[in-house]
Amino acid sequence: MKLALGPLLYFWPREQVEAFYQQVAGWPVDIVYLGETVCAKRRELRLEDWLRIGHQLRDAGKEVILSTLALIEADSELSALRRIAHNGEFRVEANDMAAVQQLKGSDYIAGPHLNIYNPASLALHHGLGAQRWVMPVELSQETLRDMLADSATPPLETEVIAFGRLPLAFSARCFTARACNLPKDNCQWRCADYPDGLDMNTRERDPFLVINGIQTQSATTSNLVGALPALRQLGVDVLRLSPQSQHMQEIVALYHQARNQDLDPRDAESHINALTCGAPANGYWHGSPGMQWLDPVSADSATG
Amino acid sequence: MTNSMELVAPAGSFPALRKAIDSGADAVYFGFRDATNARNFPGLNFDNNAAVDAVNYAHARGRKIMLALNTYPQPATWSVWTRAIDQAAELGVDALIVADSGLLQYARERYPDLRLHLSVQGSATTHEAIAFYREQFAIERVVLPRVLSLSQVRRIIENTDVEIETFAFGSLCVMAEGRCYLSSYVTGESPNTCGACSPAKAVQWQETPQGREVRLNGVLIDRYQPGESAGYPVLCKGRFEVNDALGYAIEEPTSLSVLDILPQLLRSGVRAIKIEGRQRSPAYVAQVVTVLRQALDAAQRSAAQRDAAQLDAAQRDADSYRVRDDWVTQLDKLAEGSTHTLGALDRKWQ
Repeated sequence: MKLALGPLLYFWPREQVEAFYQQVAGWPVDIVYLGETVCAKRRELRLEDWLRIGHQLRDAGKEVILSTLALIEADSELSALRRIAHNGEFRVEANDMAAVQQLKGSDYIAGPHLNIYNPASLALHHGLGAQRWVMPVELSQETLRDMLADSATPPLETEVIAFGRLPLAFSARCFTARACNLPKDNCQWRCADYPDGLDMNTRERDPFLVINGIQTQSATTSNLVGALPALRQLGVDVLRLSPQSQHMQEIVALYHQARNQDLDPRDAESHINALTCGAPANGYWHGSPGMQWLDPVSADSATG
Repeated sequence: MTNSMELVAPAGSFPALRKAIDSGADAVYFGFRDATNARNFPGLNFDNNAAVDAVNYAHARGRKIMLALNTYPQPATWSVWTRAIDQAAELGVDALIVADSGLLQYARERYPDLRLHLSVQGSATTHEAIAFYREQFAIERVVLPRVLSLSQVRRIIENTDVEIETFAFGSLCVMAEGRCYLSSYVTGESPNTCGACSPAKAVQWQETPQGREVRLNGVLIDRYQPGESAGYPVLCKGRFEVNDALGYAIEEPTSLSVLDILPQLLRSGVRAIKIEGRQRSPAYVAQVVTVLRQALDAAQRSAAQRDAAQLDAAQRDADSYRVRDDWVTQLDKLAEGSTHTLGALDRKWQ
């Protein structure tokens, strides 16, 4: 089973991004997804910068994939998409059908925002060239089992988002700018002030969601390391770990030990749950509301 | 460029459908009574007999009727959705409104003559995405997500031959439709999986010393003081704390209304405008359709006059369309929070 580092969802200063990926080169991840998937206004790094980082990671033995925006609205964003799609060096993850339109006929990754909920949709992407797909965040292990057992399902690699705050929604509106009383067109890149997103709490001050520009994330941090035996049994090929600003190296190391069966998944789980940004969650995987954490006993009964 | 737009109205029940058509809708859309459509609410929608009556009622009056099959089927229940497509084809509906790629392919292969519209839940926000659906499934219309500015809508129309439908009035989805999992994050049910957002069965109201509280599966969405009006707790329209400030962090309760820009939509080449609200009462549907029929007729008259006066450039730019106060009053009474917005169509809203 491979480990992938998902695209960086937050807006970090350029130096921090460069330093982060220099470290990643030495981490035990097999695949690194690079690029901006949230907001086209974030231009600290340009495509040339991502390609340069990609070269360094490739030289370090990583498989490098360029990811694309999940919500595309402007013509300038389409032009940027075309340049990524036809970069000539790295495979590309499509997160919108506009990207698929550019990538069809080549070997692409069908990203988590393409809404692949059934074998027929999966077969469509396979027919267009996709060799790997990423399961949408709201699907459960039961649905995945059904998908992979279906005779209509083509032979693609399956990737599951195993770790990180979950991307739950995208909007035309920038909620970070709104929180700072700024218009989106003059946002002053305030999302850079929140390296793990901006907390949105209920009136009882319970963490609820996290604002990341035009993206809304879960306040909880998904952690499926405890489900490693089930993931392996289902034939999942890749686990995606989504970067957070702190402890990422340790988290990757713990996932690596667990996948190599050098560490019991339950032990890895308790170690990692102490390092997450938000409270841990695994509800979606067990067919429950995504915000919930199900311990092994109740999770077993929930899935029958 | 034509000077007409179709007025498309919601029908959550046969009485609502009758009201929509009698009030002047050019087309109505409805769903079956199950999870195959994005308004899967208790007591709503059509069984097969009601669907037959609905198609007959619309066609007898020269109106179009479209079926929404716009949720995303999972493997265990795939056949429920494909049966619904078979059933729709047999019913003779004028178009199917579909989001899922697998289902679009099924419908295209089995029923090559069936007209397909890409649902707003299909999340197509650019002409490139629309071109994808056009090439793959020969869709003839796309319903645009409520994330685009008016100039972005225009750019799409300039770059596609697929008909464009935009939302005109009703509850405002703040998030790109088809890409929002907030509801399942809290309740386990989402528009994509179950055709439900913030489902009623997860809502709990409670009087407390701090005020009247409303929760969604235990999560406090809002709290109201005596005298404050309390709306349905759609989770993105609650009050939350961000940076220690309490407020509508995502959006306040409000409805979309395009009354102010109907001539611009018409001039841009939008082919149909849609009223949201299959969960609404027949009376609501009748009132909204009545107002929008009047407004649309006025906008179309004005456009026709403008074209007739084509020799005079100054006159051509002048538009005699004026939003009537009584239209605004009537629609605001029906709107969430008794107020309206252009949403993302107005760049400042973003």
